[in-house]
Amino acid sequence: MAARAPVIAGAAEGSLGVTGKTILELQAEASTAALADAGLSMREVDGLFTTAVSRWNASQVAEYLGIYPTWFDSTMAGGSSYEIFVAHAAEAIRAGRCEVALISYGNNQRSARSRKLGGVIDEHAPDAQFEMPYGPLNPISLYAMAAQRHMHEFGTTSEQLAEVAVAARAWALRNPKAFKHEDGPLTVEDVLASPLVSDPLHALDCCLITDAAGAVVMTTAERAQDLPKRPVQVLGHGETTTNVGMSQIPDLTATGACVSGERAYAMAGIAPADVDVAEIYDSFTITVLLELEALGFCARGEAGDFVTKGRVAPGGDFPMNTSGGGLSYTHPGVFGIFLVIEAVRQLRGECGDRQVADAEVALCHGTGGILSTHSTVILGIDR
Amino acid sequence: MSASSEPRPIAPADHITQAWWDATRQRRFLLQRCVTCGHRQHYPRNICTSCGGTELTDDEASGRGTIYSHTTVRRAPHRAFAPPYVVALVRLEEGPVVLSNIVGIEPGEVRCDMVVRLTWEDLPDGRKLPMFTGER
Repeated sequence: MAARAPVIAGAAEGSLGVTGKTILELQAEASTAALADAGLSMREVDGLFTTAVSRWNASQVAEYLGIYPTWFDSTMAGGSSYEIFVAHAAEAIRAGRCEVALISYGNNQRSARSRKLGGVIDEHAPDAQFEMPYGPLNPISLYAMAAQRHMHEFGTTSEQLAEVAVAARAWALRNPKAFKHEDGPLTVEDVLASPLVSDPLHALDCCLITDAAGAVVMTTAERAQDLPKRPVQVLGHGETTTNVGMSQIPDLTATGACVSGERAYAMAGIAPADVDVAEIYDSFTITVLLELEALGFCARGEAGDFVTKGRVAPGGDFPMNTSGGGLSYTHPGVFGIFLVIEAVRQLRGECGDRQVADAEVALCHGTGGILSTHSTVILGIDR
Repeated sequence: MSASSEPRPIAPADHITQAWWDATRQRRFLLQRCVTCGHRQHYPRNICTSCGGTELTDDEASGRGTIYSHTTVRRAPHRAFAPPYVVALVRLEEGPVVLSNIVGIEPGEVRCDMVVRLTWEDLPDGRKLPMFTGER
């Protein structure tokens, strides 16, 4: 590894579930935990990456933590923001712009009851004039229309979508921190019996609404030699944005992950078959099917078949969303940081009952907005 | 579909979109066409998303289209809406895709690739909101 090769040195959750805590309090908790995991101190942080805090984002968090970063980024790309932050931090570290990057997230949406079915409407955005008058649920209805189109084009079924939620629950039963850890297994019939929200998506096709905080600490390979945990390398990354409005999406069934994935694989010099464990944003069951295809794990239209027969569940030959995912572990509005935390733990071999044996390459894919933003990060570890 | 008690949430027009909204009063659905490359687009902007051209003109859409995809909404995002109702992406025959509602067809009868035509709902201020319904 080159001296300035970017690595992940620390990763940790803060509080999860229903916390009653403030966003900044959650951020401070997770940041402290991730820095402790890395064996680094807050004083050493010179790069800060965070969003979804307030209008001032990174500045607000820096002030709260008492740090004066010389490199910061508050890109808001919804659910993929934190894969983008890992990528941007990697580039900043490689370029010598920062030595210790803190990537931090906190959200109290369940305690604060701040989530709305219609989503957040920016009055000046074109969709507020041309789309919101029709009453779509935002974001659910766009994902529902993607599912409907996928069913129409490829014969995908609600049962196949449900398999993603069923597998997520099975993983969550092996993760003591999962919101649904104590809830027992889920069946395809349970998912189909849950109320339709926006056809064909049922309530159990949709991710959880929880509070949660998480943070990741990155530094150089050289620095990581003296740190306690084995460094996780950032092998490749790619990102793109395709739309904000529902009507502006170029293709409902071929997402921007086709582009972000291709760029990440090329940079890492690997193929989809080289991935040992995949953490793929599961905002909705359909999100996973679309991204499995876009990331080349199966052919277009075949993801419905791909996820059946327990393939993505514990013991299956494609370990995916091993924390229990947004569907059964936690989903605090923006889930991306938790994809990275779980991937780091899998690569380090810290996952106990849900450990994927000998995992050396992990892929994290964040999807934000309404299939709007896509970021793929490929991580690896030397064994 | 729209409960009478409260109007639909519609953000105010701006100087770029005012002409489009004004045309709805005459039941005309304007589509932008780039004078340089001929690309058609919706919503209205001051730049062509195909070639970057800045000279744009308006044509009236034929009102014919096909359903790209659809969903039946079961929970109201706002007091103006009374579920169930159908939200759909309609591909106009000129090319652009618009989000709209499908009316006059039972939700369970709506299908992808179904041919639809433009219809209008009156808004309280005299403007009209374009929607789509089954072919005559």
